[in-house]
Amino acid sequence: MSDIKVSIQGLYKIFGDNPDTAMQHVADGMDKATLLDEHGHVLGLQDINVDMRAGEVTVIMGLSGSGKSTLIRHINRLIDPTAGKVLIDGENVLDYDAAQLREMRQRRMSMVFQKFALLPHRTVLQNAGMSPRIRGEEAEAIEKAAQKWLERVGLAGFEDSYPHQLSGGMQQRVGLARALASDSDIMLMDEAFSALDPLIRSDMQDLLLELQKDLHKTIIFITHDLDEALKLADHLVILKDGYVVQQGEPQHILLNPNDPYIEDFVSDINRARVLRVRSVMKPVNGYADFAGVVDADDTLENLIELSEGDTTRRYLVQRDGDDVGVLDMKALVRALVPQHTADRGSIR
Amino acid sequence: MANYESALNALGLEEWCSSEANDGPVTMAELLARAGAEKETSAWDIPFPSLDTLNKACPPIPRARDMTDGVEQAFIDIKNPLKAVLDPLTEPLSWALDGSLALFQALPWYVLIPLLLLLVWAVTRSGRLVGFVAVSFLFLSFVDLYVPAIQTLSIIFVCTAISVLLGVPIGILMARSNTLQRILVPVLDMLQTLPTFVYLIPLIYLFSVTESKLYGIAIILYAVVPVVRLTNLGIRLVDRDVIEAADAFGMTARQKLLGVQIPLALPNIMAGVNQTIMMSLAMVVIASLVSAPGLGVLVLQGIRELELGVGLVSGFAIVLLAIILDRVTKASLARINTTQSH
Ligand SMILES: Nc1ncnc2c1ncn2[C@@H]1O[C@H](COP(=O)(O)OP(=O)(O)OP(=O)(O)O)[C@@H](O)[C@H]1O
Ligand SMILES: [Mg+2]
Repeated sequence: MSDIKVSIQGLYKIFGDNPDTAMQHVADGMDKATLLDEHGHVLGLQDINVDMRAGEVTVIMGLSGSGKSTLIRHINRLIDPTAGKVLIDGENVLDYDAAQLREMRQRRMSMVFQKFALLPHRTVLQNAGMSPRIRGEEAEAIEKAAQKWLERVGLAGFEDSYPHQLSGGMQQRVGLARALASDSDIMLMDEAFSALDPLIRSDMQDLLLELQKDLHKTIIFITHDLDEALKLADHLVILKDGYVVQQGEPQHILLNPNDPYIEDFVSDINRARVLRVRSVMKPVNGYADFAGVVDADDTLENLIELSEGDTTRRYLVQRDGDDVGVLDMKALVRALVPQHTADRGSIR
Repeated sequence: MANYESALNALGLEEWCSSEANDGPVTMAELLARAGAEKETSAWDIPFPSLDTLNKACPPIPRARDMTDGVEQAFIDIKNPLKAVLDPLTEPLSWALDGSLALFQALPWYVLIPLLLLLVWAVTRSGRLVGFVAVSFLFLSFVDLYVPAIQTLSIIFVCTAISVLLGVPIGILMARSNTLQRILVPVLDMLQTLPTFVYLIPLIYLFSVTESKLYGIAIILYAVVPVVRLTNLGIRLVDRDVIEAADAFGMTARQKLLGVQIPLALPNIMAGVNQTIMMSLAMVVIASLVSAPGLGVLVLQGIRELELGVGLVSGFAIVLLAIILDRVTKASLARINTTQSH
């Protein structure tokens, strides 16, 4: 496994006039609702501990108001915490002075915004070159970098347009190019695709995954959409009312939700399309009589099609040519039903 | 005789009241009172316990007249130290106003008018507007109002330039600090609502009427308000998301101000400049009372000497100037808006 790039430890954020006193109450065990009623302070985040690995996509998911935006803004310190640590490459960014912080934002992090947040009075090319321009690089180098990334996100030919002349999807491509042109390891994306319509959104997700295959950035992606989360996430963090309900491998969370909140989330999903063979296979020991060979990353949907719905079949699972497991079609069908509904069924 | 004598006595002030008599000058009201017979006052006639009334009951209490004298004396007392500070500070204003007037009048009309037209073209790119300005100036020159019109214009240029130089930075500081905004907003409200004559009074005491900075200050105090207000507003209205993006990519405060906040606030700032220009024009006419040259002098002459024709024609010239200034600044504002619409 890769190194931990960003580590959030014991993070609390309280909004209000006197967060430190309120923090005392929270440390003594007061909950969010009481804190708001009795002291007028909002407990934005409570005891967040998340490790984000280099080169992975960490998706933070939660409903509106669960504190996603607040959390991501702690990573580049657009918001300062009430308590806790944010370690980046092992350094606590809360110890940084203004100059170090600026340096970090200029070179080590970039951000993509839900509402694009492009400079309306600058051209697409100038917007894409914003980061190197802030760093004071030479005009020629800035233009080259901006041009390169605009081409990469499919916007060649629009250099001299202004943002308001582009569609939302194209504007967000500029936002992506701007973030990429900063050449930073870490990319923060706050509901970057939420404002786009479904088809464009899916295109942008594909674009991001394709870029990620080459670039291996540490991406922290925020969404309130489970499909998007499952498509992008290597590591999934689920937030509710400012605390982490569950985090881990997305497939694992899908199969073992530990909270009714998450069960609700996952109950509407098309599980056949999201779950992969590797998540439901069993170890290879002594089975024979395979109906065929499948890949560990195939979706269950592929398998159902392949088996023509025959639940008696059994497949050998391989990854890169090695045998890694066995898939029983019966186990597959069982996995299609969310855990809690199955339980309720047996009680009735 | 005195209504409040017994009340003051009850307060135990009897001794103090009789201790010294007021030997200030006698007011007209007192003379009349002395001349007339003492009246018995009924309850209906009880006067308000003002300074003058109380003075009658108790001479050591000052009369209203003494109070205004006191204010005058206090003002005269601080005048000299204040003047010692303000005079050198404001001297450049006199130079700028006089220099600009001299320059505008030194240039022959066949140079100055084309220069002005060129300026109009540069900021508006509108042929129609250039044509309108040309016709207006030819008309003004034809009816022999060229010199006063040019003088008025020169004063407006200088005062607007200084208002912008002062107002934009003040507006920026105001946008950054809520405390400063709380302090300045009432001051700006006051500057804008006070009848202009009211602050001409202390200015006349402070500076001599022969100095051009006197009217310069009066105009600027009045005209600087909108540019301050709209700069503040414009910067506060800049899209928060864009500011957040600027921060997230590590812009310095300076890069943010020059590269994001001012450009995005520019339409508002320019709307402020437009109003500043219009208010300078309004004030430069009034300021002819304190020796500002230009069209206002002719209007004043029209009023004072009942020269109806002179007054009306110069009044029309002022309207013409107002239209020109307004149209030209609005057109350049519209150009800014289209080049950076969101
Ligand atoms: N500056 C603030 N002052 C007070 N409360 C705040 C502030 N910022 C956020 N909050 C509160 O913190 C909570 C989390 O807000 P946040 O914006 O992080 O939610 P979110 O998960 O990003 O929601 P959304 O999906 O709507 O963007 C909300 O209850 C919000 O009211
Ligand atoms: Mg949010």
